[in-house]
Amino acid sequence: MIAEIGHFLIFLALFASFAQAATGLWGGHARDGRFAAMSKAASDISFFAIALAFFALMSAFIRSDFSVQNVATNSHTLKPMLYKIAGTWGNHEGSMVLWCLISAGFGWMLAHFSKGLRWDLRSRAVGVQGLLTAVMMAYLAFASNPFVRLDPAPLQGAGLNPLLQDPSLAAHPPFLYLGYVGSSVVFSLAVAALLEGRVDAAWARWVRPWALASWTFLTIGITLGSYWAYYELGWGGWWFWDPVENASFMPWLLGAALLHSAIVTEKRGGLASWTVLLAILTFSLSLLGTFLVRSGVLTSVHAFALDPERGFIILMILAAFTGGALALFAWRGPSLGSDRGLFAPISREGALVLNNLFLTVATATVLVGTLYPLMGEAVFKRALSVGPPYFNLTFTPLMALVLLALPIAPYLAWKRGDLMAVLQRLWVAAALTALAITLSWAFMGGKALAAIGIGLGTWLVCGAISEVLDRVRFGKLPAPQVWARVKGLQRAAWGMTIAHLGMGVFVLGAVSETAFRVEHTASLGLGESTSFAGRTVTLKAVTAEEGPNYYADRAQLIVTDGKRELTLAPERRFYPAARMPTTEVALRSSLAGDVYAALGDPAEINGRMAWTVRMYWNPLVLAIFGGAFLMALGGAVSLTDRRLRIGAPQPAKPKLGGASAPPPADPVSAGVAAE
Amino acid sequence: MRRRDRRLLLISAAGIVLIGATAVASVALRQTASFFYSPTDAQAKKPEAGTQARIGGLVAKGTVVRGDNGKVNFVVTDMKADVRVSYRGVLPDLFREGQGVVAEGKFTAPDTFEARTILARHDESYMPKEVADALKASGQWRDAPLPVSQTSSQSNLGTGAGMVNPAYTSSK
Repeated sequence: MIAEIGHFLIFLALFASFAQAATGLWGGHARDGRFAAMSKAASDISFFAIALAFFALMSAFIRSDFSVQNVATNSHTLKPMLYKIAGTWGNHEGSMVLWCLISAGFGWMLAHFSKGLRWDLRSRAVGVQGLLTAVMMAYLAFASNPFVRLDPAPLQGAGLNPLLQDPSLAAHPPFLYLGYVGSSVVFSLAVAALLEGRVDAAWARWVRPWALASWTFLTIGITLGSYWAYYELGWGGWWFWDPVENASFMPWLLGAALLHSAIVTEKRGGLASWTVLLAILTFSLSLLGTFLVRSGVLTSVHAFALDPERGFIILMILAAFTGGALALFAWRGPSLGSDRGLFAPISREGALVLNNLFLTVATATVLVGTLYPLMGEAVFKRALSVGPPYFNLTFTPLMALVLLALPIAPYLAWKRGDLMAVLQRLWVAAALTALAITLSWAFMGGKALAAIGIGLGTWLVCGAISEVLDRVRFGKLPAPQVWARVKGLQRAAWGMTIAHLGMGVFVLGAVSETAFRVEHTASLGLGESTSFAGRTVTLKAVTAEEGPNYYADRAQLIVTDGKRELTLAPERRFYPAARMPTTEVALRSSLAGDVYAALGDPAEINGRMAWTVRMYWNPLVLAIFGGAFLMALGGAVSLTDRRLRIGAPQPAKPKLGGASAPPPADPVSAGVAAE
Repeated sequence: MRRRDRRLLLISAAGIVLIGATAVASVALRQTASFFYSPTDAQAKKPEAGTQARIGGLVAKGTVVRGDNGKVNFVVTDMKADVRVSYRGVLPDLFREGQGVVAEGKFTAPDTFEARTILARHDESYMPKEVADALKASGQWRDAPLPVSQTSSQSNLGTGAGMVNPAYTSSK
């Protein structure tokens, strides 16, 4: 019964979203507040209906209702409760429900919590968001229905892929989708502005928080995925330049560019049409990412069983929205006419333009590398692949160049900056960077590129710290006044400092892990030892263990470096429900680095039973995830800025409050919720 | 600086970065993009020793030989031709005889391959696209039913191949 209600709710939400789209767009176009109010009410219905449908699906998973096909295919009674819940979005249909839920939820928030936004622009944006939601809901209802019944119902489900039964991967899709769909709000705002033919600072002020929130969620989502790949797959790496990874990385890069260009549009009124274009492209890349992951057109190490036909529908949706928005941009973009704010090349604006130039070109190189196998196959009639070497040659130098300029940018004044003066203020950071390069070159085996990379990371970290110290006039003013300045510093400034610091920490981690990692494979019989990275590893025992829905061989590895001894217990698990073996990595993290062990198959070698053991020493690997976490934290701190919460005092635009939309039609949404 | 000068500067800076990136990217693609070879391709095209490539096919039954320190040798076949593969490391979880496999690495001779990476799949029912295409080309492709349709219609708590603990079925 609950499944049928869920099914009905999806259709209700679908029609409500179409109504939201039609009334919102018309209300904005005809400047009719009644339609805007209807659009708002429709967004209530759409959001609450899809939320209830989502919970209906979740309850089917929690109750292990195998008469629902989706549950039977993806769940199992013996699965731990966390993964029953996460199973709701751990499959194609469920993840599309999640997408629609977030999309409708953001539309609802846009309709209710954008008080400072002109009501007609808001009505249009809510309308566009409604259209996006409606199209995805139609796809959900007609091509990926999660509530299809199975008759007769099986007694047991097929189980969730064991690799996905992991806490960080349970949280990975929701964050990724919050990021992807968050960029759809920016897209809606951009299309609404194009429909209106006007882009101003007020618009940019509303784009900023959504772009920031979307980017922050995406950062968390990608980091969780990367961390999962690091400890779950047992390959010792954290990023493989795989199409599926690039799919989420491209909107992240362009989203970062958007964040920065929106600053110029908000503060100086410049780059308006460029910001609009970035908003359109960022969401398009999110859709492209969904298409690449769902369709399986590219061979990925992370590939799951896929359905090309469904991918094709997503491609059509992508083509329609991107094509439509770009056509609108070509038509209306030139007349946005806000190319105001003259600035010299050496200025804050100039630096942000440089940031955008490099981030956009870097995104393009990733896009080319990701899609080249498709083009190449068409041209050469042979399958081919593009691997990490390509990205190391193209993406990495571009990013290195732009990161080199990063610490300078926050020092530059708007309109016209003084580069020499800035460099003088950064001399301490520069000296520490030179020291870091020399030391890492001298003591870490004379790897020149690695030393430069370490230098770059140091430059970013020191630059961020030095900027915040200068901002509070540390060492120039007496301590109480410095403290007062620390307290008075805007959250947005803190956010920037934390995020830039995070970038530096990330670079340090990524360079160390890539350049100085030690890998060692050995076949060990019971009681045998091998030496690796200055440590001795002994296989003490292998025992049979039993988990809630798996059983395992668990090795006991004693790792000693002469001073300290630690025990690692990597496992090989077998999940009978999915008939699938998995490798459970054991790792011991410290600030200096991770000792990482994966257990392979046992085999009879040289007359004794031996287990293949793969060991890694991954120096500073925590800095990679920690740095990414700091970037997300920076985004979050920046979001709490007073200016974004309350809205800055409007310069000479008093008509704002008077024309806001009529009160929401509460009876409608209450009626739905009661059902 | 005038508006026109500024625009000119901006466009030329963007042009330089774009042209530079395009040049580097096209050289990088030419040097690093590696072709996919099925065993039949390898036999026909005779890649030079040292050619970076991806190969794929089925792991021939009874050919997996494990040596010391994680060394593994096996034969990849598309039932028409064979390539001998050597690898050192822990094999992916779903690596099995008679199953599809993709390896990245380089040819040491037209019929021997040194694998750097054996690509793992995350999903039992997934077959790498190249392998499926290669098998179709050699006439060895059988449309396998998705395990989903089998497992959802019957309770399957069978013990897995080669694993211990038969108590598991009764523990339910």
